[in-house]
Amino acid sequence: MTATQSFYHTSAPPGLTGIKAWLLTHDHKRLGLMYLGAITFWFVLAMFLGLLLRTELMSQGRTIMNAETYNAFFTLHGVIMIFLFMIPGIPAIFGNFFLPIQLGTDDVFFPRLNLFSWYLFMFGGLFAILSLFAGEGFPDTGWTFYVPFSVGITSNVGLTVTAAFILGMSSMLTGLNFVTTFHRMRDKSMGLMQIPLFTWSLYATAWVQILATPVISITFVLIVLERFLHIGLFDPDKGGDPLLYQHLFWMYSHPAVYVMILPGMGVISEIIPVFSRKSIFGYKAIVWSSMAIAIFGSLVWAHHMFTSGMSDVSVFVFSLITYLVAIPSAVKVFSWVSTMYKGSVEMTPPLLLALIFIYLFSVGGLTGLVLGSAGTNIHVHDTHFVVGHFHFVMFGGTGFAFFAALHFWWPKMFGVMYRFKPAYIGAVLTGVGFFFHYIPMLILGLQGMPRRYYDYLPQYETGNFLAGFGGYLLIIGMMIMFVNLLMSFRQQVPAPVDPWGATTLEWTVPSPPPLHNFIQKPQIEGFPYDFTRVTERFQQSGK
Amino acid sequence: MSSQIDRAGIKLGMWLFLYSEIILFGGLFVLYAAYLHRYSEFFAEGGKELDRVIGTINTVVLLVSSFTVAASITAMQRNAKKQTVGFLLFSIGCGIVFLVNKYFEWGAKIHHDIYPNSETLVSGEPGVNIFFGMYYVITGLHGLHVIIGMVLLSISLVFVMTGKITPSRFSMLDNSGLYWHLVDLIWIFVFPLFYLVL
Repeated sequence: MTATQSFYHTSAPPGLTGIKAWLLTHDHKRLGLMYLGAITFWFVLAMFLGLLLRTELMSQGRTIMNAETYNAFFTLHGVIMIFLFMIPGIPAIFGNFFLPIQLGTDDVFFPRLNLFSWYLFMFGGLFAILSLFAGEGFPDTGWTFYVPFSVGITSNVGLTVTAAFILGMSSMLTGLNFVTTFHRMRDKSMGLMQIPLFTWSLYATAWVQILATPVISITFVLIVLERFLHIGLFDPDKGGDPLLYQHLFWMYSHPAVYVMILPGMGVISEIIPVFSRKSIFGYKAIVWSSMAIAIFGSLVWAHHMFTSGMSDVSVFVFSLITYLVAIPSAVKVFSWVSTMYKGSVEMTPPLLLALIFIYLFSVGGLTGLVLGSAGTNIHVHDTHFVVGHFHFVMFGGTGFAFFAALHFWWPKMFGVMYRFKPAYIGAVLTGVGFFFHYIPMLILGLQGMPRRYYDYLPQYETGNFLAGFGGYLLIIGMMIMFVNLLMSFRQQVPAPVDPWGATTLEWTVPSPPPLHNFIQKPQIEGFPYDFTRVTERFQQSGK
Repeated sequence: MSSQIDRAGIKLGMWLFLYSEIILFGGLFVLYAAYLHRYSEFFAEGGKELDRVIGTINTVVLLVSSFTVAASITAMQRNAKKQTVGFLLFSIGCGIVFLVNKYFEWGAKIHHDIYPNSETLVSGEPGVNIFFGMYYVITGLHGLHVIIGMVLLSISLVFVMTGKITPSRFSMLDNSGLYWHLVDLIWIFVFPLFYLVL
């Protein structure tokens, strides 16, 4: 065993072999890969559930499933995508793998806790599967578990909620680990304004995870208690108020969308400067906007409830703060675009995916303003417009950031390069499919088609057909991307230390990195996005 | 690379965790606040039915145990193992006293047909039902935390006796102590909210 040997060949704690070296590992990189495996499985499953839903909606009446199955499927699609893909996705995979390296250290602060979080994640997933087959039928409440339906229904909501509770715990402990690592393990010579932006975004995210997750935990506990004990805390007959459930739910679940998008923004902030060969525009502005999003994002929850009958004052205040959140998000978009201005842009698959991200996220953000304004919200509330908006920010945003991260860090994680051409084809198909899939939903929503409906009036058929058609394109595109990445294992084209010409610390260590990440003490640059040396290197090699 | 134990870092992690516990109860306190606003007179009525004597005793018991836990940590730092064990045993004993009191308190209420979904509460005033609903949920969750705290203290006790916790390495004891203070702290809020509400 030498210090330069890759982490695939060295176990932590030492002496473990075979499967044990994975299942009992304390190594943040192995854990990141284990999350990658589990999360990809859930993503693909929920993706096909989504495709079945849209296939059902392609023509009026019953197409491939009955109404009960449809309800169960959209619930599962939501629960899995939110709790098993979006929230853990980027932080648990790429955060685990790269946060310690970007900070110049050898692991997270609590390696065993990190392993425990992974087991919690797996148990949460197991419970989610169990809830499908145990008890009386699939849960069909939607991922929001609104009372009184979730309390009264006989289907197996209790187990699903327990699953979400456990997953929340896993996500919170990961956040706790990251915050502690950030403060205590960072290389001594790395100041706060020398930290890479991806790590900054994870730090902001971790705070939201710690701040907000316990609220959803207690809310889920209350649902389970209500189901067993019928206390009546949300039951108007017994003096309770169902609206309070909605408040508690969104107090977590709105900040949770920032848990989903912030790490994605961090990924994009890494990719754009690398392929523009130019320092990121407004480093500090991006850092502060991440923190601002984390703070303001925690104060806007009730904009999901404009039509619930709460007071006009609340509607006004929440609408106003919602507009404020748009500012830091827009700051980031401007920073990315300005970074590219007059840069020497080199097209690569990660950059293409990042560009698609910026475009889709902007559309998602603008449609969010339509929803955040109390007046227009009344018209589009609970319509397909909401579905379209949400998928633009979450899939177009986080989803594409996830793909971009996968293509950006793949050579580092596995030490092999993939082929670019299929990646471009896959990315473009996914992008085009995305438009066909979600633009019709925005239009259908404006025309008044409600969300979560099994059937619809004849005038909505064209839109729904187009959306379904786009869904197939989308999935073919994603499959091409995934298969292309997997093919890289067969081609075995070794990846150099720094295939892209990047500046952050993970590109100074071998691909894949050795167990302790750094062979010698890392050199911390004065500014993490200084491309002088990279461009010199390229000039010398005549590239 | 770093082989030393970073005690400050471990404590930071623990504080973050405690913070999340407070937010967990915070969700319930939000519910409490909203319902207190709506049903203030019924909350006062409900509060009068709770046994203030037992409540006060429990408050004192927890406060004393918090002191003894802190004392056990100081004793450990001074390498007085016997004292540490004594203080820990006493603290765990306080936890048991607290739970026994709680048992009698809940038992008496249940005997009077006051428990979630009981005939009396369902057919009575909604405000009173909500008060007792909140009472059972919050004190129940707190009781669960008392049990977890006792388990942590017991593990620390075993570690002290087997020599796994030493004057130079006592983070486990330290953090269990912090957790126990949290349990105490939450009770300090729960007590006036239910027993002393006018």
